[in-house]
Amino acid sequence: MSEHEYVPKSKAGKWFNDRLPLLTLANHLTDYPTPKNLNYWWTFGGILTFCLITQIVTGLVLAMHYIAHADMAFGSVEHIMRDVNYGWLIRYIHANGASMFFLAVYIHIFRSLFYGSYKSPREIIWIIGIIIYLLMMAAAFLGYVLPWGQMSFWGATVITNLFSAIPFVGEGIVTWLWGGYSVDNPTLTRFFTLHYLIPFLILGLVVLHIWALHVPGNNNPIGIDIKKPSKDTVPFHPYIVIKDGFALLMFMIVFAFFVFYTPNILGHADNYIEANPLVTPAHIVPEWYLLPFYAILRSVPDKLLGVIAMLSAILILAALPWLDTSKIRSAVFRPLYKQFYWILVADVLILGYVGAMPAEGLYLLIARIATAYYFLHFLVVLPILGFKERTTPVPLSITEPILGGSSNLAAMKNKDSFKG
Amino acid sequence: MSEKKTNRRDFLFTATYAVGAVGAGAVIWPMIDQMNPDASVKALASTEVDVSSVDPGKTITVLWRGKPVFIRRRTQEEIAEAKSVDIEELKHPEKDEDRAKNPEWLVMLGVCTHLGCVPLDQKGDYNGWFCPCHGSHYDISGRIRKGPAPTNMEIPEYKFVDANTIKIG
Repeated sequence: MSEHEYVPKSKAGKWFNDRLPLLTLANHLTDYPTPKNLNYWWTFGGILTFCLITQIVTGLVLAMHYIAHADMAFGSVEHIMRDVNYGWLIRYIHANGASMFFLAVYIHIFRSLFYGSYKSPREIIWIIGIIIYLLMMAAAFLGYVLPWGQMSFWGATVITNLFSAIPFVGEGIVTWLWGGYSVDNPTLTRFFTLHYLIPFLILGLVVLHIWALHVPGNNNPIGIDIKKPSKDTVPFHPYIVIKDGFALLMFMIVFAFFVFYTPNILGHADNYIEANPLVTPAHIVPEWYLLPFYAILRSVPDKLLGVIAMLSAILILAALPWLDTSKIRSAVFRPLYKQFYWILVADVLILGYVGAMPAEGLYLLIARIATAYYFLHFLVVLPILGFKERTTPVPLSITEPILGGSSNLAAMKNKDSFKG
Repeated sequence: MSEKKTNRRDFLFTATYAVGAVGAGAVIWPMIDQMNPDASVKALASTEVDVSSVDPGKTITVLWRGKPVFIRRRTQEEIAEAKSVDIEELKHPEKDEDRAKNPEWLVMLGVCTHLGCVPLDQKGDYNGWFCPCHGSHYDISGRIRKGPAPTNMEIPEYKFVDANTIKIG
């Protein structure tokens, strides 16, 4: 995508590159022109790549010691914790790594929401991202079942039973998913297989996600199209590499804090009790990162409609590029959207909180209001806001506010049309 | 385009696609069906329970097909209460007589019909069972009375082999 065709300097490099242009790819990645005003919210792509690789590497190692059998799984996890050399460390990194992965992905998604990164021409990047997010949830759920504790077993029972809400074929699908008449050994072995598969699917989609990103290039905090390369860009290496690296170090400090100081704070004590199909734990809650959707599921009194509402809450994100009618990307220039954005953030946090509470009384009422607002934000507020909102003037380039003028002549011509 | 007549080549294409689709289906189906309950799982489809030691007003829980089955020996008051309910006001109308052939013995799957948790015995607003997961209340006949569960707790196939033995499945 750089203007000049890359030619390796060495003769051997040229010989190789003519046959497989890996060096051209490496050159593209290092020279890749990046907006120079990217802030630290843009470092989470790199952090997420780190999280994925951490999960794959620790997961591979755990699979060398774990036994996917209903009679042995729980014991083998304790074996990893007590007997395997550094097994405790590897398992705690893997278990907390899932939470860190979701923490990073939520920041990454809300970054996109604030700066309008999902808008044209980046819709495909966004939709691939949503698919990755769905696969992450599937992998996290499947992985949580593997230790075969009480929460594993009953979490698996409740989530697979969601499919029984489908009219006519639901029960058949659930039996098919279980490979029996309840969650049991056949369920565990297939969950292990799929848990092993999904990270590699995610890896493939991450490649597509980055490929799709490199076509239009990065969005940036002021959300304007920039000319590449120009005064508004810096090469990815070393500028972004070092910035991403620094942010990753900060993130690893948080990660290490959880692993070494509070490795079980994000888990549930019930999962250290072996699965018992005769006793359901008194209070079943999913992991923290699924709580907002769990709250939406429970806020609807009908079984099928509850499941539909929960799935819609995720799938509605895929339609976001078309639901948001505003041409201005960044919330920096959208005074009203900025306020609605923060209301949405609060709304999701409230949903997460009530998702962890019993579904009764005031909690249920709050969950219902928050669920209604969640859908209202995407289906009513965003489409209308694009037409009604008076946006503030958008600069022509990243350097314009300081130097005046623009390196982007096309943007200069369109300046008037950008004023909302 | 629209005026183009179908020729021998179109026929060959269609025939090829059709054979290909049948072949693909024949390969995919075993891949899907292998996930259904296997012969060893189906072989465990029935279980016999000795209920001679169950006193009136007590429930035992047995495992059948990996799921809990509640066997409750109901007291005369409980039977009277179960029969006195007005069928019209039930979410899933079923007579107690249809659920417990022998009114003294209630045999049902101890699985909440909402999302599959095991309800707690002698809890809830209706003197029957209460599911702690999402708050469904069942009466002493195992019928849904309040909460998100759509139907009554299921009655499995069972019969009394003799006075003290129940065969489930």
